[in-house]
Amino acid sequence: MATAARHREFWARFYRNRLALSGLVIVLGLFLVSFLAPWLAPYDPNYIDLGAMLMPPSPNHLFGTDPLGRDVFSRILFGAQISLKVGFVSVGLATLIGVWIGALAGYYGGWADNILMRFVDLMLCFPTFFLILAVIAILEPSIWNIMAIIGLTSWMGVARLVRAEFLSLKNREFVQAAQALGAGDARIIFRHLLPNSLAPVMVSATLGVAGAILTESALSFLGLGVQPPTPSWGNILTAGKDNIEIAWWLSLFPGLAILITVMGYNLLGEGIREAIDPRLKE
Amino acid sequence: MFAYLIKRLLLMIPLLLGITLVSFVVIHLAPGSPTEVQTMLQPKASLEAQQRLRELYGLDRPLHVQYWDWLQRLARLDLGRSFSPDARPVWDKIKERIGVTISINLLSMLLILVIAIPIGVIAATYPHSWFDQATTLFVFLGFAMPGFWLALLLMMLFGVYLDWLPLSGLTSHFYERFTTWQKIQDLAYHLTLPVLVSAFGGLAGMSRYMRGNMLEVIRQDYITTARAKGLPERTVIFKHALKNALMPVITILGLSVPGLIGGSVIFESIFAIPGMGQLFYQAVMARDYPLVMGELVIGALLTLLGNLLADVSYALADPRLRTG
Repeated sequence: MATAARHREFWARFYRNRLALSGLVIVLGLFLVSFLAPWLAPYDPNYIDLGAMLMPPSPNHLFGTDPLGRDVFSRILFGAQISLKVGFVSVGLATLIGVWIGALAGYYGGWADNILMRFVDLMLCFPTFFLILAVIAILEPSIWNIMAIIGLTSWMGVARLVRAEFLSLKNREFVQAAQALGAGDARIIFRHLLPNSLAPVMVSATLGVAGAILTESALSFLGLGVQPPTPSWGNILTAGKDNIEIAWWLSLFPGLAILITVMGYNLLGEGIREAIDPRLKE
Repeated sequence: MFAYLIKRLLLMIPLLLGITLVSFVVIHLAPGSPTEVQTMLQPKASLEAQQRLRELYGLDRPLHVQYWDWLQRLARLDLGRSFSPDARPVWDKIKERIGVTISINLLSMLLILVIAIPIGVIAATYPHSWFDQATTLFVFLGFAMPGFWLALLLMMLFGVYLDWLPLSGLTSHFYERFTTWQKIQDLAYHLTLPVLVSAFGGLAGMSRYMRGNMLEVIRQDYITTARAKGLPERTVIFKHALKNALMPVITILGLSVPGLIGGSVIFESIFAIPGMGQLFYQAVMARDYPLVMGELVIGALLTLLGNLLADVSYALADPRLRTG
């Protein structure tokens, strides 16, 4: 009964929070846009029309065209797919690594905890963006490599969270009861501890999607991310920078798309956090 | 205090070793060896380049031997030679650019503090006021705003449409002929946008953090006592509460160093500022491995030093940490 009641409470609090709801609406909207991009886009995002280079926004091209005459509106719609993919895959990877490391460190404690947490400290000391760029220099810049690298460099927060949860949970009575009944380590970790620590992980994953989208767009902007002709918000902005003196629309719209998306995930994440634990709201 | 400092310095050594190890392993174990990529890019220089690379890395030997070798050279600040045609020592290249990057980062930290602390304090003093709500909105915007996009927008506004500030670079033509005062003015003129942009991201985080701290402190008993004594609210907030709310800010500043250094890659390449970030970007684009590796190590070292500075200042401010 406790679970159902808690869920009801969670949703009740979530629905009362207007900011959280708008975050949810934005995120759902993004999903829709990504899936419907092929039908929503008025043009093929890669259709080059040299007769319509760098056209300002008009009813024909809502957000104008780029230096190759491609429709910016269509490219932004398709760029949403990239953001969605990068956000989910890299955060999925980061969460998987973080949960494992945090669970091992928190459950076993002792030297395992010590080594794992020193490793976390070490990774947190890295100027991560430097590391990401260095790795991309060796591998080819491609969307898969980028998702992998972002995932591999952003799991530390989750690891700390899960460890802290495990530390506070592992001596509670329900865990002791499970141990007394003869449950093995694996069963205790996966059946008892992990499900009870998932709430903060959810919050950090939602916020993590926002971070991953920002990182991907910065990489693509620098030419080290998603490679043209595949449209991504970051690489449209590269064209914006190159044409900054003549084509404001190339800089404005993709950036707005990033801003709104990231804000949506942040609002949603904060909303979930507050709905889980209302004390967090001052 | 001295013992604390020594302890902290000693703790830095394993961290730095770990960081170099991770960088080293990442660079060496990634598919495709540096020699391959290098020769692929320069078919003409392939033999010579390959030879130089093998000498640099000793790629024929086992990884742990190579790492030990590299560490020994690192101890003498020998980071190898750049692959670029001038083949200058990596450390020399970094040395002439590190000052610019550190200055910009220090300036933006200063700007963050000067703006974020008052914002946080006022927002916490009047919670749910219009100012507090505007701050919340600003914070959400700040967290979601990609720094490079803000840079583009500001360049467009101040550089193109209003034409008040230069679009890029660190100095104007004929900089050498300027008087000292003119030089300072010229630098300030060129640095305004980069410093603003690189401070913006941290600004949101810091003001929110400051607000949270302040709210926490205001609830404590000694503040109630101070009010009960009849002290004016101004004294309570700015003398009693602020002092304690400021303490954790030092730590946050230390933690923001990796982000600032990482961000310098983006801002320096957008604004064409000859700093470490731009050098790193160029090194990455040219696949100049010794330079990439050198920058990684120096970047990590700067981060560690930033953390050390933060911890030491914290210990200076809070006697409990020094003795306990």
